[in-house]
Order: sequence, then C-alpha cells, then structure tokens
Amino acid sequence: MGKVFSLNIHELPEEKIMATTLKPVDVVIIGVGWAGSILAKELAQTGLKVVGLERGGNRRQEDFTLPGIHDQLKYDRRLELFENLSRTTLTFRNTTREVARPMRRHGPFPWGEGVGGAGLHWAGWTWRMTPWDFQIKSQTIARYGEKMIPEDSTIQDWPITYDELEPYYDKFEYTLGISGKAGNLKGEIQPGGNPFEGPRAREYPNPPLKRSYGETLFANAARELGYHPFPMPAAQMSQPYKNPDGVTLGACVYCGYCMNTGCEVMAKAVPQTTTLPVALKTGNFEIRTHAAVTRINTSGNRAISVTYIDGQGRELEQPADLILLTAFTWSNTHLLLVSGIGKPYNPATGTGVVGKNYSWHNALPYIPLYYDEGHIFNPFMGAGALGTVIADFQGDNFDHTGLGFIGGNILAAIAMGHGPLTFQPTPPGTPSWGSEWKKALAYYYTRTVQIIGLHDHLSYRGNYMDLDPNYRDIYGNPLLRLTYDYGPNERRMSEYLVSVGDKIAKAMKPSKYAVYGLDAHFNAGAGYGIIHQVGGAITGTTPANSVVNKYLQSWDVPNLFVIGASSFPQISSFNPTGTVGALAYFAADAIKNKYLKNPGPLVPS
Amino acid sequence: MDRRKFLTILGSTVAALSSAHLFSATPSYGRKLGTLKKAYTFFTQAESEFIEAAVARLIPADELGPGALEADVPYFIDQQLSGEYGAGARFYNQGPFGATTPYQGYQLALTPRQLYRAGIAATDQYCEETYGKRFAQLDPAKQDEVLKGLQGIAGDINLKDVPGATFFNHLLSDTKDGFFSDPAYGGNKDMIGWKLVGFPGVPAMYMGLIGRNEPYHVEPVDLRSLQEAKAPVDEHGHVIHRRAAIPRQTTAPTSRPTDSSYSDDSRPEPSFAV
Repeated sequence: MGKVFSLNIHELPEEKIMATTLKPVDVVIIGVGWAGSILAKELAQTGLKVVGLERGGNRRQEDFTLPGIHDQLKYDRRLELFENLSRTTLTFRNTTREVARPMRRHGPFPWGEGVGGAGLHWAGWTWRMTPWDFQIKSQTIARYGEKMIPEDSTIQDWPITYDELEPYYDKFEYTLGISGKAGNLKGEIQPGGNPFEGPRAREYPNPPLKRSYGETLFANAARELGYHPFPMPAAQMSQPYKNPDGVTLGACVYCGYCMNTGCEVMAKAVPQTTTLPVALKTGNFEIRTHAAVTRINTSGNRAISVTYIDGQGRELEQPADLILLTAFTWSNTHLLLVSGIGKPYNPATGTGVVGKNYSWHNALPYIPLYYDEGHIFNPFMGAGALGTVIADFQGDNFDHTGLGFIGGNILAAIAMGHGPLTFQPTPPGTPSWGSEWKKALAYYYTRTVQIIGLHDHLSYRGNYMDLDPNYRDIYGNPLLRLTYDYGPNERRMSEYLVSVGDKIAKAMKPSKYAVYGLDAHFNAGAGYGIIHQVGGAITGTTPANSVVNKYLQSWDVPNLFVIGASSFPQISSFNPTGTVGALAYFAADAIKNKYLKNPGPLVPS
Repeated sequence: MDRRKFLTILGSTVAALSSAHLFSATPSYGRKLGTLKKAYTFFTQAESEFIEAAVARLIPADELGPGALEADVPYFIDQQLSGEYGAGARFYNQGPFGATTPYQGYQLALTPRQLYRAGIAATDQYCEETYGKRFAQLDPAKQDEVLKGLQGIAGDINLKDVPGATFFNHLLSDTKDGFFSDPAYGGNKDMIGWKLVGFPGVPAMYMGLIGRNEPYHVEPVDLRSLQEAKAPVDEHGHVIHRRAAIPRQTTAPTSRPTDSSYSDDSRPEPSFAV
C-alpha cells in the first residue's frame, strides 16, 4: 500500500505560480469544529505546536450576545452561520444516469463554516450509538441470515466496538456537560433512561432538562403503549456546570433561540465554550481563519504540507509532520479527492474507497399533532435538544422477522424553540395562503406538537461522492459531486415506521394529525433540515474496504488522519456528533500514546 | 435557581474565556437610529402596485386584523431584494445551466431580484392579455384566481420568460418572512405578525414556565426597543415581558378553523435542524 494516486485534471498549469512556504510546524489541523478543537486541545497540551486552518471566519462567544442573536431572519432563514454557497457547494443527482447540478441554495441539509463549524450551530442532541450499530452487518446476518442484507447495500461493521469507544464517549459527554438520564449503568437497567443503550460507566454529568408540555403528552402515550420514553441527551446545561478542564457553562433558560446560532448564557456546549478556550490557553495552538486549504501535498506515502489561500489572497504552503483532516464530511472527502490521496471509489466496478458509503440522516416519520382548546404548547420556549424519545423501534430492538428491512428509528417529541418564521403549522388541507391560512396559523401556532423520527440509513453501492466534471469552486477546484437516493431498505422501513408513528399519534389524542414518511425520491430542493452527512472516508479493517484504519489514520499516508463523520460506514438512527466527539478523543489518544512514540502505520495493512 | 450563584459562576466563566461582553446589564446601543424613513429602493411604481396588491391577497386584512400590506411587507421585500438576498450573494450562481430533474432544487440563472422583475412583468402581461387589466387593477377574486394559477393549484398559468410557480413560491415565502421577521427588517410593522400568533419576539427567561399548559399572553418585544433601552430587562439583559394590554383571546380565533375547500397538498416543512 502507500500508493498515492494522481488525477489528470490536477496537472499544473503551464506557468506555475509558486506558493510561499512557511516555517514548518508539528501539526496542521484542517477545520476547527468539534473534531479539530478536540485534537488541537489534546495535542497542544503535550507541547506540540499546532496550527488550525479554518476556511471560514472567526466566531467568538462575544458575537452571540443579547439582543442581536434573537433574530430568526438572520440565523434561521438567511443561515448566517452556514456555508456561503457563492464560494463552493456540492453538485447533486439521484442516480449516475443524470447530470449533477449544483446545490445553488441550501436545501434539506445546510452545512456550516467558520470557527466552531457544525459544533456551533448544532442543536445539541448528543447520542451514543449502541453496540449493535457498530456491528450492524454481522449481527443482522447472525440473527436473520445473509438474505436480510439488501443486495446493493455496502454496509459494514465498524473496526471499533462500543466497549472500546465507551471511555471516549464518557470523556466527550463530561467535557460538554451533557444533560440526560442513564438507562444502563454497567449492565444494570435504570428506570427513566433508555433501556436499549449500551452500558455506561457512570451517569450523565448533568440531570435531564425540564420537560415541555408536548413531551409530557408523548411520554404518557408512549408509556400507555408499553414503550420506554426517556429524556433526550442534551448539550444544554440543566444547571451551571464546571467541566473536567475547568471551564464553566451556564444553565439553560429555555429561550428557544438555540439551533443555528450561539447561546448568550453559554448554556449550549460548543467548541467556543468548551474545547477551544482550553486549547488556546496552552499557547501552543494558533487558529488561522479565512484559510482555505486547496491541497494536501504528498511525497511518496508521506503528507508533507498543505497549500491554502489566506485572507490576504496569498497562496501559502504550510509544512507539518502530522496533518489532521478534521473538517465536515464534504471537505474531508473533497480534499482527499483533489489531493489524489487514496483510490477514488467507482460505483460501476465497486473498486476504490474514497467517496464510498455516503449516507444521510433523514427524518422519518414527521408527525405534527394539532390540538384544540385546553392545550397550549408555547412553541417559542425550548432548547435545541429538548425532547423526549423512545428507542423501542431503533436498530434491532424489535424483531424484524418477516418485515423485509433492518434497522429503525428513534422517535422524539421535540421543543427545540420554534419561532413563527420557520414554524407555521396548519393542519393538512389548509391552503398555504389567504384568510383561511391566516386563521389556521393564528389558532394552531401555539397548539401544535411535533414528533420526528431519525432513522438508520444503509449505505449502498450507488450512493457516493466524487469530483464533478462540470462545476468548480472559487479556488478552481472541481466541486464535490453527490449521487444519492433512498434505498429499498429505507422505503420499506418508511411504511413500517409510519404505522408506528400513527399508533403513537392516535394515543396522544390530538384533534388532527398527519404522519409523513419518505417522499418518492430525495429532493435537494426541499426545505426541511437535518445536516448529518456521513461516509466518504470510512473506517474499516483493511485498505480494500476503507480509507482509514480504526484510529482514523489513512492507510495510504500514515501521517494523515481523517477524523469526523466521514469515517462512518453508514449512519445509525443516532445523531453523529456524540460519536464524532468520541472518535476524536479515541484518535487523539492513539496519536499521543502510540503514533508519536513510533510514527508509522498503527494497524498493519 | 439561586440567581446570585448563577451569576457568580458565569462571571468566572467570563474570566476563564477572557471575553468581556458576555452580559451587558443595559444592552442599549450608543446611538439612537430614530424613526426609519421607509422608501422603495428596488421596485418601480408599477412593480410596487403589483407587490402591494399581491401580498394583500396572500395575507389579507380580515376579521383577525391587519395583513401583510398593513405590516409593510412590500417594503420588507423591496429591502431584501435591494440587498444580499436579492443579489443572490450567498447562492452558487455559476453555469453551466441546462436540463434538470425535479429533485435538483433551484436551477434558474436568475437572482431573486431578476426573478421578481421578470415575474411581475410576465404576470402583468398575462393579466393584460387575459383580462385587459394589470394585476393590481383586478378585483380580489380575480387576483386570487391568478395567484392560484401561478402556484399551479387551480388552472395553470404559463408565464412568458419565467416559471410561474417558482416566482409565486418566492413571493409567498418572502411575504411570510416579512410578516414574521423582526420589524428591524422593515416588515412586521408594530409586530402585527407576532401579535397574530402570540409570539413574544425577543425572549425572556422561561425556566419557570416551560412545561406548563398555560397561555403566555405578553406584549412582544423587538430588537429596536431593546437597543434603545425601551424594554425592561433583568440584570442579564433578558427581557422582562409585560402582560398583554389586550388579552389575546379577543384578537385570536377561539374556535378551530373549519376544513378548507381546497388543498395545496404540499408537505409541511418541519421546524428543526438538528
């Protein structure tokens, strides 16, 4: 192994413009979000000189003060903290038979930029995956046989087990101060928590958030049906909290302006309120903003430097001994592809790995419930991760014999803070404008509860990322091209989960409700928003089935680690951030205790 | 929670992060902006007549109170089109353009500004050819007919130059944005939109209220009243809401709306981004 592939489109122009080469540093981190800030903190604390290159601007805690952050148009509609698509975007198509077109505007999955990354604008749902999620393929075969795996599915087990990752989940949760209730403490099932979760070493660092009225109705109905409701693990503090690094966070005031923006009382754990101040305090960590990395430069099987464009328009080359690619799934995959590192995936032959196993975390089902007199929900009160959940239909927590699909969802009644600019509930059959719309909205804005499911999404042979042949970003690189649609497992699952949602909705006794499953095809022009993207630089047991080994180290270039949700071989029902954080600590540990002592491949290929 | 303890802990956080302005007990800004003098900077006179007529149908004044026209939504749209959004400054605008599938989102080579200009002209041209009058001169029933035709839910109007449904969807979405955005952006005058649905605007601290099945009838607060220190705040800078002078029961519908005669059959957009 160790071969570095090159692509014709990257041949240098005739007149080469020389980049200015900077003084070498120990570590370069590309992308300063959760993964980048965790690695920065862990490595800067060892005395290494670490430079973080962030293509977006600086975002400071003091930018999120009263009253300016309470502005829905700026943050929720114009998406201030999300990518400026005039600079770069993706192209999209449902199948390889179509011509991909650019996502000219943000659609179902806006993505962030700037210091803090998605860790700043996130809602704060902080999940662990279950032991089953790490072994989805072998467990499915063991219980149901090979035939249960859909033909074109490319799912694979993780090379890491839940038990190996547990201490790192714990570390991430205690650093952030997650509010929740354990359901399984060292194998003992705990009342009030998620009885289906993997065993935890200890309780959450903070008790659960308060419960909204809509959640109470959901919890009561779920219990009546024999399910097991529990509070969403939340990155909003239920009480003031001092974390193990000595950083203090405030208590959530349930103001309802939480996702898509920062928090004025520092009650939402984001890199700015947890990992970044500790990393910066070492004096060994420097963040360069408006630093857009265009290449990772290699020589043989070694990464030698990164090339980036800075805020002054200069092209700079930063040499480093160790390069950590810690950006969002798109950028991690894109930079590997444009740098010619690893073999690009080819869906026709099934060979190659970079760009393989893309999947998206979609909502399934979506259930708005409309109530009459006697129920008021005040949807403007809430917190990004305020919700009550059941996991009775998640993963393999129910028997799938004869159902024709694997996996399931988590189902949550949510009170995330829903202002009227983005939350305009009217029952099915209501016109979308005019007096009838106005009357319905005036009546139902405060009388509607929302339930959403988030489901397992398998990876498939035809869902992948590569470089687009037609469109470029402002730096001259080809755009990343996404080819994606729902698979047969998701479509069959949709029908089943809609029936489950219907049963729960009825039990909650609204005057009206609707249960929405998957549409016919994924639609890049749709407006609902779950940003979780995984795959492209997946982790596995061999260079043939993965881009990175279990420590998220590149098989091809051992002094390059690719850390983030890009490493997930498929997405589980659970929001990825908790696992991204745990993997970041796991990789940091391997770098500190294994790699630095003996730089080279940590797993033989 | 003990507020003093809360503040002490937060104070130490501030010190730890060396960020000076986390809490400002008086969030008022130094300079008063005064009364905003509104004027159209994008729409021509004919275009402004179209927009004023159209938004008055999309969110009409009725027995529930004023609508989008009274809330200055045409001015909001004008200002949005005059700025970054209208120029498509944060959209990917490069070619090539060409055939698309229905699942690839917005693929026109037009900025929102260009879309409105072309869409208004084409709709007026359609109205002239069909009814002998421009849109703004039609009676409300006819205007509704045209809007439904553009939207594609009743009849099907094919505009010259631009897809009618794309134009209509922008118009509708921007109208609702103008009705519910902070008044600082020029629409939602006197917080008409917020009062209609019972939204308090800039929030207070809700720790003691979350979870209760109780109405929260307060006078909404906007950014300007806070910046000019006209709204009472606590020591953190959070608003202290005042009970609504007119109980909402007298302005809001008290019975649920009757089933509607026609449906757009569109999937509602959930309010989350997790």
